[in-house]
Amino acid sequence: MANSLLETDQHRLALSISGSGGTGAVTVGLILLDAVAKAGFYGNMTRAFGPQIRGGESAVMLHFSDQPIETLAEFSELHLALDWVKFDRFEDEIPLTSSSLVIYDNSREKPPGLVKESGATLIGLDLQAIVKTLKGSRLNMVALGVVAQQIGLASHFIEAALQKTLGRKGPEVVTTSMAAVSAGMTLLTDTPLPGLADWHPTQTPRWNISGNEACGLGALRGGLKFAAAYPITPATDIVEYLAKPLAQTGGNLLIAEDELAAMNMVIGASFGGVPSMTSTSGPGLSLMTEAMGLAVAAEIPALVVTVMRGGPSTGIPTKSEQSDLNQALYALHGDAPHLVIAPLNIQESATVSQWSLRLSEALQTLVILVTDQHLGQTRMIMNPVEALDLNLQRSQPSAANEETSYQRYQLTETAISPMSIPGMTALQYTADGLTHSESGLPSSRAEDHAQQLHKRADKLSQFEYGDRWACTIPTAKAKFTIITWGSSFEAVKEAVETLNRQGAAISLIGLRLIMPLRTETLIELTQQQKVLVIEQNDSAQLYHYLLSQKAIPIDSDALAEPGPLLFKPTDLMPRIQTWMEGQL
Amino acid sequence: MSLEQIPVKKARPNDYTSNEHPVWCPGCGHFFILRALTKALAWLNISKQDIGLVSGIGCSSRLPAYLDVYGFHGIHGRALALASGLKLARPDLTVIAAGGDGDGYSIGGNHFIHACRRNMDITYIVMDNEVYGMTKGQPSPTTDPEWHSKLAPNGTGLSSFNPMGIALASGASFIARGFSGDPNGLTKILTEAIQHQGFSLVEIKSPCVTFRPEQKDWHKSMRLMNVTPFANPMEAAQAIYGSDGFDTGIYYQADSPVYRSEASSKKNGTASEQMDIIEKALLV
Ligand SMILES: Cc1ncc(C[n+]2csc(CCOP(=O)(O)OP(=O)(O)O)c2C)c(N)n1
Ligand code: SF4
Ligand SMILES: [Mg+2]
Repeated sequence: MANSLLETDQHRLALSISGSGGTGAVTVGLILLDAVAKAGFYGNMTRAFGPQIRGGESAVMLHFSDQPIETLAEFSELHLALDWVKFDRFEDEIPLTSSSLVIYDNSREKPPGLVKESGATLIGLDLQAIVKTLKGSRLNMVALGVVAQQIGLASHFIEAALQKTLGRKGPEVVTTSMAAVSAGMTLLTDTPLPGLADWHPTQTPRWNISGNEACGLGALRGGLKFAAAYPITPATDIVEYLAKPLAQTGGNLLIAEDELAAMNMVIGASFGGVPSMTSTSGPGLSLMTEAMGLAVAAEIPALVVTVMRGGPSTGIPTKSEQSDLNQALYALHGDAPHLVIAPLNIQESATVSQWSLRLSEALQTLVILVTDQHLGQTRMIMNPVEALDLNLQRSQPSAANEETSYQRYQLTETAISPMSIPGMTALQYTADGLTHSESGLPSSRAEDHAQQLHKRADKLSQFEYGDRWACTIPTAKAKFTIITWGSSFEAVKEAVETLNRQGAAISLIGLRLIMPLRTETLIELTQQQKVLVIEQNDSAQLYHYLLSQKAIPIDSDALAEPGPLLFKPTDLMPRIQTWMEGQL
Repeated sequence: MSLEQIPVKKARPNDYTSNEHPVWCPGCGHFFILRALTKALAWLNISKQDIGLVSGIGCSSRLPAYLDVYGFHGIHGRALALASGLKLARPDLTVIAAGGDGDGYSIGGNHFIHACRRNMDITYIVMDNEVYGMTKGQPSPTTDPEWHSKLAPNGTGLSSFNPMGIALASGASFIARGFSGDPNGLTKILTEAIQHQGFSLVEIKSPCVTFRPEQKDWHKSMRLMNVTPFANPMEAAQAIYGSDGFDTGIYYQADSPVYRSEASSKKNGTASEQMDIIEKALLV
């Protein structure tokens, strides 16, 4: 089995479900994910949609394990087709092989050629016949029962998950659905799949959370009190998630008329003294850039989360790519130092966003937190993540005194100036995007310009970020180091670990703090190494950035490929091996 | 001594001015708006530290630095968005946005519509000189179609924009026109606008003596405080569209729903208790 090429000692199971609009493929996926979680396991679920806004075909891919798991499956072991309408759209996302088992409703279309060509074992069942015998039942619930039986998932877990998902619709809906599930469970008792049978369930509490939700949660833990945003896929779920908790915790959410407004609203709220953020994706970030420069110049704390999708322009709005790194690094006009931070996986999205919000406050600057569609919209069953205990506060001036007037942009040892908040007596000032002197008054003098530019750069470069700047996994006697970031990290890590088990010696660096870059540390780590930078974009953006900072050796290489398909460990392994051989 | 008996120190207009001297050309109408605003603030006796004055970019938008309040000189066209964020986060502040006709009606046009629609408690001062002053004399949305300029040698041929009409259609609840050459009338309008609960548009005719020297004659044609306010939008619309642009006063004042911060209303228990509930909801 391709999934076991990785030689991990954890159990894994990969499922996929597809169906045209209204068949309820996504519902089956959500219930399965929750039920398997309730049974004591881990997993993740990604979605793929057709281009329709609503009612189009959709598919979900589920990857279960008895240990925490972030990687996607290499191929689908069990595919459930509620129908075959436009199934070819998902050919890339749902790889079928000769070891796949495909279950479908044979009262409808025949399986398409590509499914037969895969060599998968095909089992057609007359699900429709069962639906007709059970009043009010739905085909997807019968199918859910078939899958539950196939993977050895006990019906009470399904019932508990149904209760959670459909309970709102009333007890009858749950009862009818459960009847359909039970009927489905008797349809196919022959189970060729090993399923969950010998897995060890855990008793530990776990979260059912998407990366976007985790990102919002981290910001709330960081003290978020204000968000403003304009909807854009795949970032909208962040503010949709935040709406209720913000109201619960005494914060506010503003639905902006556009991203130009959203960014300025954030600046206004933050000027008013409350930790603030917005979330968007590439096209929205483009509209925010002018105001982001204002946040930098006026030294207003602001967190901008950008969830990357395929670009440029409208690109592939529902799928993942790591191609907006250049945008996050360089989109601002003028010399505008700011922070660019990226979580390495979904698991750490909450802590990295909490850290990001606090850094924006402590450093009084713009922080761009870069995630992507995969990190944002994948739903995970994972261990709960503790909140960080961070002491990163916005510095405030002491009470005004008669002799000296308040200098908003005063030079200090840390280059961070105490920031007064409206309402503080006798500490009024005007925040300004114009070049200003220490007092905050506009100035076009060369001396003031250079002084304030340097101040804003220094406060970021001098700051002690601790070891959170990267995840470094050194390997003894390694001659090779691989550097990666964001959603590529998990796949690269799995490939590297597997190669190392097979005798290779490769070190791995996953970068979180991309700007300001910890250049000296990177040089130390890589100067005697052959370096490969792996990322999911066509132009090798991280690679060129690292070279431009002279952070990696000049003979370093890149393995860069555009989205929207994520890297897979088994695809990466031979390519990394070939690269290593080429270095000798 | 009860609170009412504590003698309140009455503020004076100069208390609100900063030490910074305006960059404006001598005779620019914007000077008189600055003066009227400080008079209104003094009249209302609002503490300086409780005022947020937000602007965009333009000659007019230089205003905040000339007052000793919490100011924000932001970017071109976005003052209302920034002010909306500030007001929602800090409902306790008196929030005023200010700028020019280019800033508010052209590059910031969308924010203008949506700020009117939200009807947050913000006072918006537009210092309308029917020109882009700061960029040295290009036609703006309120410029008359025949005005000749370098950029439009034969005039724009476009009829000018009716800001008060748009504000009314978009949901603003206080709409007035003032004239910088009538400091008393303007002070009165600004005082009423700041006191009004909801979004107040104060559209002020303010001559640009440098690029529209002919506007120096405005004082001959402006009719001072001759308008009576309506609470009914139909009547207000008639008055707004019936005016030749030289009438001044409050056209519309209505008691409409104000978009407010929800922060205080929905809280049950402490924020950390709420965080526990939020985190528990994530459990399988
Ligand atoms: C994004 C952007 N575009 C263009 C400009 C150039 N600009 C500065 S002020 C201004 C027009 C200002 O006109 P108005 O708002 O009427 O103010 P006034 O100077 O007339 O008081 C323009 C176009 C800018 N600063 N920013
Ligand atoms: S250019 Fe016009 S608007 Fe600007 S300061 Fe001079 S007179 Fe005033
Ligand atoms: Mg103007």
